[in-house]
Amino acid sequence: MSQVASTTEAIPQRSRRRDLHLADRIFYRVVKGTAWGMMVLLLSMIVVIMTMAWPALKEFGLRFFVTNDWDTLGDSFGALALIYGTVMSSIVALVISVPVSVGVALFLNELAPRWLSKPVGFLVEMLAAIPSIVYGLWGLYVLAPFLRSEVQPFLSEAFGFLPLFEGPPLGVGMLCAGVVLAIMITPTIASVCREVFAAIPVAVREAALGLGATRWEMLRISVLRTSVSGVVGAVILGLGRAFGETMAVTMVIGNIEQIKLSLYEPAQTMASILANQYAEADSDLHLSALTAIGFCLFVVSLVVNGSARFVVSKFEKRERGEV
Amino acid sequence: MSASNSILHVNQLDAWFGNFHALKNISVDVKDHDVMALIGPSGCGKSTFIRCLNRLHEEIEGAKVSGDVFLEGQNIYGPGKDPVVIRRRIGMVFQKPNPFPGLSIYDNVAIGLKLGGMRDRHQVEEHVHQALCGAALWDEVKDKLKRPGASLSGGQQQRLCIARALAVQPPVLLMDEPTSALDPISTGRIEELIQQLKATITVIIVTHNMQQAARIANRTAYFLLGEMVEVGQTQQIFEAPVDTRTRDYVTGQFG
Repeated sequence: MSQVASTTEAIPQRSRRRDLHLADRIFYRVVKGTAWGMMVLLLSMIVVIMTMAWPALKEFGLRFFVTNDWDTLGDSFGALALIYGTVMSSIVALVISVPVSVGVALFLNELAPRWLSKPVGFLVEMLAAIPSIVYGLWGLYVLAPFLRSEVQPFLSEAFGFLPLFEGPPLGVGMLCAGVVLAIMITPTIASVCREVFAAIPVAVREAALGLGATRWEMLRISVLRTSVSGVVGAVILGLGRAFGETMAVTMVIGNIEQIKLSLYEPAQTMASILANQYAEADSDLHLSALTAIGFCLFVVSLVVNGSARFVVSKFEKRERGEV
Repeated sequence: MSASNSILHVNQLDAWFGNFHALKNISVDVKDHDVMALIGPSGCGKSTFIRCLNRLHEEIEGAKVSGDVFLEGQNIYGPGKDPVVIRRRIGMVFQKPNPFPGLSIYDNVAIGLKLGGMRDRHQVEEHVHQALCGAALWDEVKDKLKRPGASLSGGQQQRLCIARALAVQPPVLLMDEPTSALDPISTGRIEELIQQLKATITVIIVTHNMQQAARIANRTAYFLLGEMVEVGQTQQIFEAPVDTRTRDYVTGQFG
């Protein structure tokens, strides 16, 4: 190298090297700045939301989270119905989506021929790319009427003795929101499940086949039993999406702050009430109460995603330990 | 069944991976209570051969088989034969220990019995106990049968896999380089075990290690490039091979 350097002109060589170091330093600072910028942004968001939410939290205290009273005119706020709406719509979504997602993942990974699994897998992932307002429109104009005229009468007839399926079929309401959410979180759960299943070594599958397991028995013993925690991680990720989904839910859930066991009834979630009322909140306390809900949603999402990370990393560690 | 009876009879077996002709016209007899070792360089078709004996080869995409394999007189490639039923009658132990990660030690052994439809709990317990004793693992695991199978050491895991295969009492046990991932002490224990197993069953074992074949097998077959070059008494194969290709391999002049 030094010989090469000495044969070329010395001065441009040195200055070029200095330029290189300068670019390095600039690059380092820019990248470092963006990383810190994200941290500052996140922290400042927390601070701002906390400050704005403070009056409502001070006024109502813990009662804010355990009472169901959302009176915008009387300036009295309790978020229980909204928390119930978020949790219940997400549970409905999971009950529908988890078996479907696991089934889709099993079929695409284990059973379908490659010419089929590639395009179908692509389409399932494409479901995640549809804007949520489109889901909302579809839910409002297609799904809700269908639920009202076909599904809910059938459910009432078959399971009407359960309080879940009581009352007149309304279409728009908790069930409609749950179904729309289920469709929206299916690509997330299915694609994580596919990765989990694909990580299981061939040797574990052959162990079952070698014992004389049928294909279904092999899937049960080698694939499903081995991937419980991975599937749980996938489900929690899906749950995180369902908690935060706003636009589609707002359009199909009916937007009434009430706690009714019947899935036919309209409801309201933490996200949907923000979309509905933030622009027209006129009292300071109302605004503050809405911000407190935003904060609550923020914390719940952080906790859910954090626990998903934790479960998935535990799963990966176990995988590494065994292979 | 007398010891001179043939338990497995392979007749003109060919196997392919896609267009690759992995096994070429293999015919061989395996006697009851024999330990037969399959030796040969990597990629010569030894593993493919034993995977044809329990119809596992065909699970690989693009794999094909032709020819006949008679297990106790019945052609396992005959029309209408269900590979699932055949695999329940032939045990298999793989190169890497592969206990089911989601199952306990006990369930790893019991799973084959449950697949076979054994429902009586005492009967299952009895068979699991026997199989773990048969695999020389009982004393080490009897106090932790509920712990996950993956919590055992590598050698113990491999013996667990042997117990899993033995639990259904198959007449034939196929072993695909069962000690290649193990340390010498674990290897010794498994070789000892194979010696004991031939009192009750027939063992066909693939090995890279010629000393291992010499230590444990009555009969040895040498594979090269998909052909079975020579098969005979182990001593004859190592000391007086007929084929020059076998001689080159066992004397270390190969490659």
